[in-house]
Amino acid sequence: MHVFETLRGRTRLRLRATPGDLAFEGLSTFIALAVVGLLVLITVILYLAAAESIRTYGLGFLSGSVWDSVSQRFGAAPFIYGMLVTSALALLLGVPVSLGIAIFLSELSPAWLRIPLTFIVELLAAVPSVVYGLWGIFILGPAMRVYIEPGVQAVLGFLPLFQGHPIGSDVFTAGVILAIMIIPTISAVSREALLAVPDSQREAALSLGATRWETTRLGVLRYARAGIFGAAILGLGRAVGETMAVTMTIGNRAAFFGSLFEPGQTIASQIASRWLDAVPPLELGALIQLGLVLMLVSLFINLFARLMVGRFLRVGEGAE
Amino acid sequence: MHVDKISAWYGPKLAIQDISLDFEEHSVSGIIGPSGCGKSTLIRCLNRMHETIPKAKVEGQVLLDGQDIYDQPAVSVRRRIGMVFQKPNPFPTMSIYDNVAAGLRLNGVRERKKLDVAVLESLKQAALWDEVKDSLDKSGSSLSGGQQQRLCIARALAVRPEVLLMDEPCSALDPIATAKIEDLIFDLKKDYTLVIVTHNMQQAARVAETTAFMYLGKLIEVGRTRELFERPREALTESYITGRFG
Repeated sequence: MHVFETLRGRTRLRLRATPGDLAFEGLSTFIALAVVGLLVLITVILYLAAAESIRTYGLGFLSGSVWDSVSQRFGAAPFIYGMLVTSALALLLGVPVSLGIAIFLSELSPAWLRIPLTFIVELLAAVPSVVYGLWGIFILGPAMRVYIEPGVQAVLGFLPLFQGHPIGSDVFTAGVILAIMIIPTISAVSREALLAVPDSQREAALSLGATRWETTRLGVLRYARAGIFGAAILGLGRAVGETMAVTMTIGNRAAFFGSLFEPGQTIASQIASRWLDAVPPLELGALIQLGLVLMLVSLFINLFARLMVGRFLRVGEGAE
Repeated sequence: MHVDKISAWYGPKLAIQDISLDFEEHSVSGIIGPSGCGKSTLIRCLNRMHETIPKAKVEGQVLLDGQDIYDQPAVSVRRRIGMVFQKPNPFPTMSIYDNVAAGLRLNGVRERKKLDVAVLESLKQAALWDEVKDSLDKSGSSLSGGQQQRLCIARALAVRPEVLLMDEPCSALDPIATAKIEDLIFDLKKDYTLVIVTHNMQQAARVAETTAFMYLGKLIEVGRTRELFERPREALTESYITGRFG
């Protein structure tokens, strides 16, 4: 006997359960729940492995500014700082570009260009991060050193942020690489958000005599701002955890930096560049504690972003 | 406003054909007809909204003060000819005040005093002032459906258009909210030329001075509302208003 049941718009076919069905249901439930178990397990094991470092440094670990294996002092502050600065830079550069792409794709693009362009932008996300890293070392880094950084310095050199001798293998380069890497995420999600804006909003703006850009600003961007914000946070989540490309371009110096043209280190790049040489048990424990911090930060960012985007897209659908 | 031989298409599909019509100044003109007869398409041709739909096309002239709106920039045409839509569409992320001020700000008005005056006047004209004067900073979407529609009317009036087009403005509203909007339409004709599309014949009979009847993309008959309803010249009009189809 077949019973159709509509559950949240999806039709489910219910069959009378046979032993095979029950086994299959049990197995897939188990696998699905195992993912949750895995997450818990990873956290617990990271915590145990970092236990000694946590006991030794406690919360002071987060504010400690020295990483010295000789004197056995380990602090996370320079890496948290490096992570915040590179991610902020990535958002600063990546969000406007991504929004431009999203606006073009949802509001302006002729129909024939829309699908191929969307595809290509999403393809950017498929480039392995080590390839971005290589490109960063051999192409972007030198270009930054010779052209871009001196150029930026000529205009904004009065700010401490842009002082010093450009080296190309520095925080600025890492930020630019990150910006490129988060563009596909942010532009794809913001495009979804813009497409979810009902046409009645565009018409409202148009009928007041708005130009195309004014219509986009007034009727579309404002309406979708929660979704766009969520998209940016999702990109932030990716930037915070990105390891390979950053490790290859940031210059790897475990200290605070005053200028973007100095080398630095993020949490992820510090772990990646130190773990081979880390002196057990304390330095290794400290690295694992760094990992724990990174995991929690990125978990929260992603959770928050998904809540934002999810809520917006649901509301958007309801409005039309 | 004078419409001269307007035809409009959606892609290859002809939606309205060769329509010529006059709209008197400072009066209310109704356009009636069954669903799909092209009345919404016609009204959207009057402020160049039709062409914002991909692949849509318009031919013919719409003369406002003797000049063809299709020879002028669409943006400035829409500032002179405002529009209210079927479903209330306030900007939900803006306050009531900002909703009304939106069009003026588009025109570059920044002075707080000027905006204050315009918002006050527009909300009064739209008969909404008394209900929202204490909550101007609340979101436009916090209002009821009828209030939202009057907010949209206030928003359209704030830029002081010459003509106000209304595309089935009451079809999403309950009878009480509808009655309020009808009263409002009656008051507005002192200052504006109004064109209202409606599928509700009683509404046209109540508010419009002249009424046009459309069927299958063509204008069948136009005349004084009373005459059209009491002594229709065309057999088609008669069968529509007596409820034999539509």
